[in-house]
This record gives sequence, structure tokens and C-alpha cells, in this order.
Amino acid sequence: MSALRRRVGMIGAYVGLLPYLGFALFPFYWMLLTSLRRNAEIYDVTNLSFLVQKGTTLQHYVFLLTRTQFPMWFWNSLVVSIVATGLSVVISTAAAYGLVRIPFRGSAAFSIGIFVTYLVPPTLLFIPLSRVVTALGLSDSLLSLIVTYPTFVVPFCTWLLISYFATIPKELEESAIVDGATRRQVLMKIVLPLALPGVVTATLFSFTLAWGEFIYAMTFIASGTHKTLTAGTVAELIRGDVFYWGPLMAGALLASVPVVIAYGSLMDYYVSGLVTGATKY
Amino acid sequence: MGRGRAEATVPLNTTGGRPLGRPPAASLFWRGQEVTGFLFVLPAALLVVGLVAYPFLYALLLSLTAKQAGVAGQFVGLRNFTDLFRGDIFRHTVRNSLLFTGVAVVFKTVLGLGLALLLRRATVGRRVLRGMILLPWVVPSTLSVLGWWLLFDPLYGVINMGLSKLGLITHRIPWLSDPVWAMAAVIIVNVWRGLPFFAISFLAGLVSIPEELYEAAQIDGAGKVACFSRITVPLLRPVLGVIILYSIIMTVSDFNIVYVLTRGGPMHSTHLFATFAYEMGLASGDIGKGAAISLFIFPFLAAVAYLQLRITRGQTQ
Repeated sequence: MSALRRRVGMIGAYVGLLPYLGFALFPFYWMLLTSLRRNAEIYDVTNLSFLVQKGTTLQHYVFLLTRTQFPMWFWNSLVVSIVATGLSVVISTAAAYGLVRIPFRGSAAFSIGIFVTYLVPPTLLFIPLSRVVTALGLSDSLLSLIVTYPTFVVPFCTWLLISYFATIPKELEESAIVDGATRRQVLMKIVLPLALPGVVTATLFSFTLAWGEFIYAMTFIASGTHKTLTAGTVAELIRGDVFYWGPLMAGALLASVPVVIAYGSLMDYYVSGLVTGATKY
Repeated sequence: MGRGRAEATVPLNTTGGRPLGRPPAASLFWRGQEVTGFLFVLPAALLVVGLVAYPFLYALLLSLTAKQAGVAGQFVGLRNFTDLFRGDIFRHTVRNSLLFTGVAVVFKTVLGLGLALLLRRATVGRRVLRGMILLPWVVPSTLSVLGWWLLFDPLYGVINMGLSKLGLITHRIPWLSDPVWAMAAVIIVNVWRGLPFFAISFLAGLVSIPEELYEAAQIDGAGKVACFSRITVPLLRPVLGVIILYSIIMTVSDFNIVYVLTRGGPMHSTHLFATFAYEMGLASGDIGKGAAISLFIFPFLAAVAYLQLRITRGQTQ
């Protein structure tokens, strides 16, 4: 009886989820469809169809990869995201470990400072930061993004990692010291391996945040060849009244591929980080 | 196969009940190593001071000057602020920001809770289901919003074509070119983008409520409504609070959705603080005013940070 009721409840849940799944996924489906259609079909306002009818084509993808700077933007995004992520994860791991394990005068205040910084949205500071970037002689270079992306990544990752380090019993480290290990060995052989899930999560989030960043890239980078994927696609592929829907959708989808792959292969880390990052207290 | 185990990948309150900001007892072998601790934190501290705190103070200074691109700024006191409040566009921006944030956060909360309740019951194929539901949150928003831009297109957009095929509309809806519809459009996209985050976070809160509570309540004769209002909502309140507060600051500071869909138009009807600051500070080159507009995000940040810290303290004491 109870099992039957549970089964009916579960079927009801799937029925209830269907409309939402349509809402969540339809835009992506339509983008894919548009990127594979010929122009004649995209701009045919009389015919509404949810499949490609007049033959699929890769012409928009070919155009994107050979006639625009898209490959360059892809490379730029890759360089910026990887370097900024590497820097941020190292800085955050050190800071989180220091704050959890080695309290010093002011470390409590600094924890709160990190928490408040983690809430600071990039749109609050993009104007003064652009002046700072210019003063440092970095404007219109990838370095300007590599230097500024850690400002929103490091607080997030430090906050995330503090909770992972806090779950490692300090007795483990102490007993290793008693057994004659050096502090370096303790860090490398005990602490980091145990915190590895946290470090992977932090890396995944850093990369995703850096890859999707938009307003700094729009503000600090002027020339087309130095743009990242988000800024390049929005600023350079939209051409006034000339319709670029095909290449634009192809570009938006291709640009999403790296984060979707990273997330698909590490989804459990992603979910745990998503929830920890925002609901930890 | 209880649902508890598989959900254990979603840690809540993982600081183990330690009050925020209070360091745990020092590990024995680090005792007396204050300098070492400081050195571990130093790079992060330099980053926060140099590229967050300093720019913030610099923004305050800029907002008090008549700084134009390429010209040295002159101190003008609060004139940027008084000018802004005298202008229609800024008053629209304030109203838009409050409307956009209020409506979007309410929808995300209500729908997110509904979605979380459904997801808790849908235990078969959970990974695939979660993967699909999270997709709008994972894809960079500037890119997915380009897709929405196509959907909203008045002529080629599938939304208008579909609605008229179904006979629901006789005239094309002027998405993005009419002030009211444009605001509806940016809110819809914001809800679409933020809903997965709400749903998954609420789900994590739901599964941490012990099943025994519901069983005991049922034995005592409580109905479904009573269970929801007397058990689910009170126990979920801390998670609800934290997520809603976090979302308020992220929604009010949004830039990507509005910039891609409407650029703040038509007739400034969808400008938010960030998009108007961008237009004023970069497109028009009035850096002082741009900085002043951005600073209006700060009161929201301060209020959210204060309330978050209070919830935290309440939780752990």
C-alpha cells in the first residue's frame, strides 16, 4: 500500500518536472537547431518546425572557424582561464589552510573579510578597476584579466576550502609529526590529499567563473584579437542589421563546450561546491 | 538504498558548527607560529587589499569628482549624486532594479521550492535529471542569453511564431521593444538562469530534514499541509534565508542578461545599476558618474552581508 503510494508519488513528480525540463532545455535545443539550419530556413517566417527540415549544414561552424576571430578568442579564454585558475587555487588553498589551522592575530577578522569580499559582485568595482589596470600598464592585454579574475575567484575558493580543511582532524597531522614527519611532508602527504575533493571543486569553479566572465573582459580589452570568447562573441559577432543568427548560435554553443564537459565529468564535485559555496555558515 | 547516502555529497553547514570567523583551537604543532600563519594568508590578503579594498575606496573618490575619460578629475562633492537623482534615467534605474530583483527573487524562491519538492521524490535517474536541470546555471550566461535573444526576436523568434500558431496571440508581442514586455523578458531569463541554483540548494536543505519527523507527525495525524508548514518550512528557514540573500545581491548587480538582451532599453526601461554605470562610465566617458551609479549596489551588499553574518551566528550558537 505504502509502496504503491510512493510509486504513484514518484510518477507524479516526473510528470510535474516535465514542463520545467522543457523550459530549462528548450533554448539550447533551439540554438543547436538554428546553428545547423541553412539561412533560408532560419529566415523563413512562415514555417515553424522543431526539426531541421531542409537538410543540415555545417556552414555556420565553418564560417565561424575560418572567417572570424573565434579561434583566437577561444585560445585567449583558455589561456586566461587556466592561468587565473592556477593562481587562484594556489592562493586560496594557502589562505584557507592558514585560516583554519594556524590562527594568528587578526585571522578571525580576515575570515569575515573574505566572506564579505565573496559577496562583492564584479559589477560594483569594474570602473575603478579599469583605472587600476591602466595605471599598471595592463590595459588591452590578457594580463589585465589574469590579474583581476582572482579578485572574485579567490574569496569564493578560500571560503569553499575553509570548510574542507575544517573537516580534516588535526590529530592526523599531529600524530604524523610525532612519528617524525616534517611539516612539509605533513602538508604534501596528508593535508593536500585529504583536501583533494575540495581543491578539485575549487578548480572547477575557478575555471567556470573565469570562462564565463564578461564585464571585465568588455571593459579592459579593446582590440578584437585580445578578446575572450564571451566578449568577442557578443561584441564582434553581432553585426547590426546583417543577420548572423547561424554563426552566432554556433559560436555560443561551441564556446559553452569546455565548461559543459568539465561539469559533466565532475558533476558531484560541482553540486557539492554549488551548495557549499552559498549555504555554508 | 536510502536517499540519504547519495545526497551526502551535498554538505550543508560543513564548518562543523564552528562560529564564522572564530578560528578553531590551534593545531599543537603550529602553536606559536603566528608569523607562518600570516604568511599563508598574505597573498590572498594582498589581493583583497590591493584589488578589492583599494578600488572600492578609489570608487568613492571617483564618485566625488567630475572625472571624464582622459581628463583629470575635479572635486565636486556630492554633485554627481544630486545630478543623478534629478535625472529621469537614474530614477528609472532605481525602480527597474528593485522591480527586477523583487519579482525575479520571488519567482526563483517559489518555483525553486516546488522544483526541490518534486526532485526529492524523483529518485530514479537522479544524476541525469540533475545534469539537465543544472544546465542553464552552468553555461556562461552571456552565451545562453544570445539564444534567448533569438527566441524573443519579434519576427524570427519561435516564441511569437509558436503563440500565433496556437492562436493565442493575433499580434506579435513586442518583446524587447516595449518597456513592459522587455522587463518581463529580462526577468524570465533571470529566473531561467537562477532557478537550478535555488532548486539544488533547497533540495540539499530538504534531504537534511530527518525522515522520522514526518513519520512521527503522520502517526500523530498531521496532514500534508501541516507537515509542510510545521516541519519543512521552519527547518528549511536558514537555507531559504541564505539563498535568498545571496540571490538578492547577485540579481541586483546583474549585467549580462540586460546588456545582451536590451542594452537597458527601450527608453531606459530595463537599465539596472550595472548596465547604466557601464553606459555612463564607459560609453559616455563620464567616469565620476559611472562610479557613483555602481556604488548604489553597495547598500544591498552591506545589508546582505550583515544579515548573512547574523544568520550564521544564530545557527552556530
